[in-house]
Amino acid sequence: MFKIVEKEYFSPKVVRLEVEAPLIARSRRAGHFVIVRCGDKGERIPLTIADSDTERGTITLVVQAVGESTTAICALEPGDCLTDVVGPLGQATHIANFGTVVCCGGGVGVAPLLPIIKAMKEAGNRVISVLAARTKDLIILEEQVRRYSDELIIMTDDGSYGQKGLVTQGVEQVIRREHVDMVVTIGPAVMMKFVSLLTKKYNVPTMCSLNTIMVDGTGMCGACRVTVAGKTRFVCVDGPEFDAHQVDFDEMMMRLRSYN
Amino acid sequence: MEEKDITGRDARWRVDLREALSARERTAIPRAKMPELDPAYRITCNEEVQQGLSPEQAVTEATRCLDCPDPGCMKGCPVSINIPAFVKNVQRGHNGDAARVLRMTSTLPAVCGRVCPQERQCESQCIYVKMKKPAVAIGWLERFAADHGSEEAMASQQRPVANGRRIAVAGSGPAGLSFAGTMANLGYDVTVYEALHQIGGVLKYGIPEFRLPNSVVDREIEAMRRNGVHFVSDVVIGKTLGYDDLLNEGYDGIFVASGAGLPRFMGIPGENLIGVMSSNEYLTRINLMGAGRPGYATPVRHGRRVAVIGGGNTAMDSVRTALRNGAEKAMIVYRRSEAEMPARLEEVHHARQEGVEFMTLHNPEAYIGDENGQVKAMVLRRMTLGEPDASGRRSPVPVPGEEGQVTVPVDEVIVSVGVSPNPLIPNSFNGLDITGRGTIAVDEHLQSSIATVYAGGDIVRGGATVILAMGDGRRAAEEMHARLSQQS
Repeated sequence: MFKIVEKEYFSPKVVRLEVEAPLIARSRRAGHFVIVRCGDKGERIPLTIADSDTERGTITLVVQAVGESTTAICALEPGDCLTDVVGPLGQATHIANFGTVVCCGGGVGVAPLLPIIKAMKEAGNRVISVLAARTKDLIILEEQVRRYSDELIIMTDDGSYGQKGLVTQGVEQVIRREHVDMVVTIGPAVMMKFVSLLTKKYNVPTMCSLNTIMVDGTGMCGACRVTVAGKTRFVCVDGPEFDAHQVDFDEMMMRLRSYN
Repeated sequence: MEEKDITGRDARWRVDLREALSARERTAIPRAKMPELDPAYRITCNEEVQQGLSPEQAVTEATRCLDCPDPGCMKGCPVSINIPAFVKNVQRGHNGDAARVLRMTSTLPAVCGRVCPQERQCESQCIYVKMKKPAVAIGWLERFAADHGSEEAMASQQRPVANGRRIAVAGSGPAGLSFAGTMANLGYDVTVYEALHQIGGVLKYGIPEFRLPNSVVDREIEAMRRNGVHFVSDVVIGKTLGYDDLLNEGYDGIFVASGAGLPRFMGIPGENLIGVMSSNEYLTRINLMGAGRPGYATPVRHGRRVAVIGGGNTAMDSVRTALRNGAEKAMIVYRRSEAEMPARLEEVHHARQEGVEFMTLHNPEAYIGDENGQVKAMVLRRMTLGEPDASGRRSPVPVPGEEGQVTVPVDEVIVSVGVSPNPLIPNSFNGLDITGRGTIAVDEHLQSSIATVYAGGDIVRGGATVILAMGDGRRAAEEMHARLSQQS
């Protein structure tokens, strides 16, 4: 069993859970995800690992209550257990010294972005982070992101915090201002699509991390398939990170509605 | 009791059985009929279709067996079960002894009795076939003996003496279980790691309840637990634990039985539309995740017009599952004719009884979606049969032009055209030789390029049957044992 040792509310619907999973804590890298199941009749859902603590043997997950399963997970308290946690799955992020890297995240996408920001900074990059949300209360992990970023830009749809506007506007001002070698984007599919369209215009290589429907998470079912550069790829074993300019986001968004 | 008393052809009881009836009298007995649930009823539920022979039926069927001095049936069995010995034990009512005979060579007889293609193996070599009569129902008798005799056989089984060596197994499907059971009997301390949350691999996520009830698989796993085998779920070898981790844990040997992972798609337009999925996804949702049952969170689609692409056992499992899941029309689309279908005859027969339509000599070219991206039709190409191909089966040849094309409305398509080996372990064990097909390369001893690592089942074969995987597991165990014994 995978015990929850710590819980923190980022907002009424977004929680941070620290979960006992010593084997995963030891082997995971930035970009990896886990499959989680809550309850004997629960479904298997993928969640990206936001952080780990090898000494405590824990991993950090950030979960937004959007459906039945995520709501059940968010309702767990310290001392409760997740029924299953399996991983680390997927390919780890390709970390190198690219030069200047813009890391942009929306909503809970900031959670999986944090380990990449950290790793990019440690690899010697100049890291500019752009966080975006609908409103001030939904901006998460601001302090942690600031700690590993050379610069932090915050965008809110309603202008309640940082600048008023979309994530793309934040990214565009950086690209116009200085040379950017790489953009990393994690968030809702529609956000990544527009970041990708923007950076394609400026010819800046862009990496995205996809969160598709999965069942097993080990390559067996194919529910997570996406079209990348005209070829079918499996997010669980080939990804979750891909060259954003090659991803068919429209198809991906369509497939996310498979069970709506 | 001495082993030869239950297996010896010259044991007194067996000679008596042979002399009690003449061959003419035996061969005059008609082959048993397996009691089956009525098709109209069974598609409303998940109950096992074949109910199993009654004790009287089993004794009569076992009486048909001529107890040949040179039994062909054994040559047809991939694990060389001593078939006449177990059959004759059934005939004399010693079901426990019959199960003991089965368990000498097979770890999962109740599973094999249900899913082995006996008509192509043991039963195809039966002397009755040469006499133009239906073969002895060896598969049904195997199931009977395993179901009725295993408890007695296992209760009297002696716990093996521990030899102090530890072995790790990656994967708890038929190859992994068979290996683990054999090694445990030889005294090894065996730990089986499973990536999913349930033990059993394809026996759980793939084969449906109506063909192989989970309780049958769980009984076998429980027996192995009692025999000292450890099972650890939620561990992906190659991810959660790497090769070095396993070495550091002190394992003396590793058996990789991680199975055939990736489902194949055909690469045709519209294949990523909503409602088009692999048979692995469809069956896993229902069999492993309980989708569609009250209280289970995993969603599943309830297609009304369902097409299953392919002609193998997995295709039959999928199409029959679709019927039970509310399909009004369930179709098999297969590019060759029925004669070339790889599925078991029994499965095709059951599917047809249940109302499945067979569109043989058709191959999908594209799928068409509606404005929401939901599949609404499939475009099929008619085929004819040409010359035999590399598999020896007549190859499908497309009928050109417009008259060769048909469009059929569907709201769900299940693609069941095979699988590729799971890449997780091949990609993560340094120094492991991989074939061009992505399978693990092994020598005739099932040993890989890493001396401590053996492999078997679909990760070596690329996609085969339960019994071949089990045969690999057993053989790898014997080979690894021979090697480890030499070292000590």
